[in-house]
Amino acid sequence: MDQKTVARVAHLARLEISQEQQETLVGQLSSIIGFVEQLSEVNTDNVKPLASVVDAALPLRKDEVTDGQKKEAILANSPEQNEDFFVVTKIVE
Amino acid sequence: MGDIIKGETGDWEIVIGLEIHAQVIAKSKLFSGASTEFGAMPNTQVSLVDAGMPGMLPVLNEVVVEQAVRTGLGLNSKINLHSVFARKNYFYPDLPTGYQISQFEDPIVGEGIIEIDMEDGTVKEIGITRLHLEQDAGKSIHDMHPSKSYIDLNRAGCALMEIVSEPDLRSAEEAVAYISKIRMILRYLGTCDGNMDEGSMRADVNISLRRVGTEKLGIRAEIKNVNSLKAVQQAIAFETRRQLAILEDGGEVKQETRLWDTTKMETRSMRSKEEAHDYRYFPDPDLLPLELDSEWVRQIKETLPELPDQKKERFVKDFGLSVYDASVLISERARADYFESVAKGRDAKLATNWVTNELLGALNKLSLTLDESPVSADQLGGLIDLISDDSISGKIAKDVFADMINSSKDASVIVEEKGLKQVTDTGAIEAIIDEVIAENPDNVESYRGGKDRLFGFFVGQTMKKSQGKANPVVVNEILKKKLDN
Amino acid sequence: MTDLTKLTIADALTGLTNKDFTATELTQAHIDQAEVKKNLNVFITATPEKALAQASDSDARYQSGTAKALDGIPLGIKDLFCTNGTRTTAGSKILENFIPQYESSVTQKLVDDGSVFLGKTNLDEFAMGSSNTTSFFGNVINPWKSTANPSVDYVPGGSSGGSAAAVAAGIAMGATGTDTGGSIRQPASFCGIVGVKPTYGRCSRFGTIAFASSLDQAGVFARTVEDSAILLRSIAGHDVKDSTSVKMDVPDFASAITGDVKGLRIGIPKEYRMDGMPEEIQNIWNKGAEWLKAEGAEIVDISLPHTKYALAAYYIIAPAEASSNLSRYDGVRYGLRVDGDGIDETYSKTRGAGFGDEVKRRIMTGAYVLSAGYYDAYYIKAQKVRRLIRDDFTKAYEKCDVILTPTAPSGAFPIGENEDDPIKMYLNDIFTVPTSIAGLPGISIPAGLDKSGLPLGLQLIGKAWDEETLFKTADVIEKAACFETLGTTIKKVA
Repeated sequence: MDQKTVARVAHLARLEISQEQQETLVGQLSSIIGFVEQLSEVNTDNVKPLASVVDAALPLRKDEVTDGQKKEAILANSPEQNEDFFVVTKIVE
Repeated sequence: MGDIIKGETGDWEIVIGLEIHAQVIAKSKLFSGASTEFGAMPNTQVSLVDAGMPGMLPVLNEVVVEQAVRTGLGLNSKINLHSVFARKNYFYPDLPTGYQISQFEDPIVGEGIIEIDMEDGTVKEIGITRLHLEQDAGKSIHDMHPSKSYIDLNRAGCALMEIVSEPDLRSAEEAVAYISKIRMILRYLGTCDGNMDEGSMRADVNISLRRVGTEKLGIRAEIKNVNSLKAVQQAIAFETRRQLAILEDGGEVKQETRLWDTTKMETRSMRSKEEAHDYRYFPDPDLLPLELDSEWVRQIKETLPELPDQKKERFVKDFGLSVYDASVLISERARADYFESVAKGRDAKLATNWVTNELLGALNKLSLTLDESPVSADQLGGLIDLISDDSISGKIAKDVFADMINSSKDASVIVEEKGLKQVTDTGAIEAIIDEVIAENPDNVESYRGGKDRLFGFFVGQTMKKSQGKANPVVVNEILKKKLDN
Repeated sequence: MTDLTKLTIADALTGLTNKDFTATELTQAHIDQAEVKKNLNVFITATPEKALAQASDSDARYQSGTAKALDGIPLGIKDLFCTNGTRTTAGSKILENFIPQYESSVTQKLVDDGSVFLGKTNLDEFAMGSSNTTSFFGNVINPWKSTANPSVDYVPGGSSGGSAAAVAAGIAMGATGTDTGGSIRQPASFCGIVGVKPTYGRCSRFGTIAFASSLDQAGVFARTVEDSAILLRSIAGHDVKDSTSVKMDVPDFASAITGDVKGLRIGIPKEYRMDGMPEEIQNIWNKGAEWLKAEGAEIVDISLPHTKYALAAYYIIAPAEASSNLSRYDGVRYGLRVDGDGIDETYSKTRGAGFGDEVKRRIMTGAYVLSAGYYDAYYIKAQKVRRLIRDDFTKAYEKCDVILTPTAPSGAFPIGENEDDPIKMYLNDIFTVPTSIAGLPGISIPAGLDKSGLPLGLQLIGKAWDEETLFKTADVIEKAACFETLGTTIKKVA
């Protein structure tokens, strides 16, 4: 874990982090990663990963239109108000 | 046969793989109950789930799952009874949750093979790598404001099938044939409408070059936003030239995502996509693994419609059609159905001719689809029946057909109203012929003197006098008898 | 007149039914208590007008004889549950002005049962913390004071610190919480009240702001075991809007409280005897076992061999899920936006300004363990260990019916302590995390005081879907401990 890694991950996560914070994070993330690395002691050969404790089939819903037509609710908390759209600074491809 | 590109330093081969994104036909979205209908007012077909509101959770649409399985079966591919939805993490304003729910390590459909038909009549097998389900993104609109982009989430969360091919395609023509074939199969299955201009089918093209004779794949570029068959052709042509220039120069193609610019007719690098390439996939903890019942899959398999390849084969075998005619007829399911309904119990050759030439020609002129045809399959069959039982001649039939296109009336009604029924009564025809002979003594003499060519003149005169209604076979027979005596 | 803020929910329901007092009086008493105890900072958004309006509706129902299960009971709602029309912040600046246009399934059930919402309680930002000090809206103060340092403010625990403190201080009769790695049980222990985290899948997560989806589970706080059983019954149940909620009948949990634990096998996991664990924690644990034994339960030694790895697995899985769950806070559709030059800079500035340090640390940890090249080594490894931990419990339950452990390795600590070292803070959850990893139900019951007079809790861990045994056993401990939840003295054990 170095400052370059911290900067790369911060960009992946879209987090602006000051130079000073980056230095602090190098130490803190190193210690967290160091802590979780104790898992390497555990023998997990032939162990299947467990993503969810729920032992049930994924439920499916009927294909029916039951939602939508709530533009006002959708846009109610919009940082830049517009009747029909969300608005952001122009995206340049 | 793929294209060989002649470079200054040697021959090159194009290697193409395609990722087709096909919007699944379903009433509601993949994980929400909002409508999928095209063309609604902005942000009206958006649920709180689609907008990525805090605490909102996805619930899977059962019909979409069925459609994906149906498609997998139609593409001769393996159905995975266990599949997993995973999150693909990246930031973009039209991706409300900051991740797309997709399938990564365990897609719902695995490997398969389809055949594509080339112009020259050859058939080539193309491998399908996988098909997985994923959410569509919303739409960013850049041209409504000089310094802002507007976001419409109507499309966000609609179900897409991503169909990934093996890098088995070797030319733009093959790529086009492959997309056309996939589209035809999906339309037959009723799982995607295949409308590229509405965006319900889109393709990403992976393309690389390698020296002829080498095995190893070259470094590829992925071209996005290739949204019509024409664009596929143009983008491949452009990208081939671009990569060739780099490689011939001894350079190296960069592995990157490029965008097809339809106005500039060129591909260009999408740096924004490049930086975010670490998608950090992991199983979506809001969902559980999707487990399918093999019996349920079997039942879907039983309800699959006859697919284009099977239909073509049957048309050739059962109706004695040429491969070309069969291909024309099966290219759309509605067309094939129309044809079958016309051909049933009738002369197949006649049916083929009337459907492919007369009907499709007329519709084309009027810019109508088969669905909008003023002449139904039953009506066209009725017309053919009148030809077959000698009620009208082929020539009269064309006039009747023109009338049918205008009026949507049954052929028999038109024939009745206009008195176009063919005359087969030998007595009546004999009387006309007698008149013709009496009116043209000179020509009779010349004919009998050896001018055989004049026979046509007598046929023409007879037909004219009968207003085209005389049965030409009978006319020929009687004329021959009378003139030769 | 009795002090309405000292009643149990069970007694208050009787009092309301008997018309000894009105829901409005009951609610007003709690609003007044909140004013008196304002310095504790339990609410991010207090909603006294809404509460009084709901109370008035309750009174009408009591008048017409149509009162519902929780009619008129004033509650605190952790500010992680979205409430239609009432600001919901998750304790974060990024949602400082967010007003949901929808109601979470849990709060909807409480509304349907006639309860009264006093306000949205303070919490660690996005439920990430064990001390309630990461809230953008300031820390919460534990109503309990140390006998040694009466002038020092202690943390209420976290992340559901506001809910726990509100119930302990008599501001609310009960409260909702969420528990991802101990966020209900640890603050319950620190504040001397009862806290229940049910089986994963028991309560809907729909409309509850997500921290780590595979671990998050709603639960409740109350001052008695019976009250917590009454509240849990109200919020539990399958929800078609949450694909991970499970179709299980919801029993009348309170009726499981029979006082009879004869023959019940109580498991004592040897791995929870940590090196350097304070003696007073060991003592209270021993006492708990003795209380149950005295009532006829059988004490069984069990082994949960992978316990020591639970925290490490947790600090991979939870941040990984959180890093993705929190991507939606991007300033595009709601919440804070800080404009930058171009969209990417807008994202970074928005999230940089909107999230606090602990949230950023966890997002960074999560993004790192999921990133290319590390996924298998960290994330997949952690999920494999997760299976081993769950299997440990499955094996243990062949030998016992319920497991008894301390809730936390210490009592509450002064505000500001453990702030410098994230790992030290994370160790607070060492006894609660394994339960979360395995998705099992857990309850913390106040059992005694530490040497400075601060509460200590005992944790019971049940089999999946067997909350009834938890309540039954917890009740026996509660009666034996004679813990005075609203006081600062402990009654002598009978």
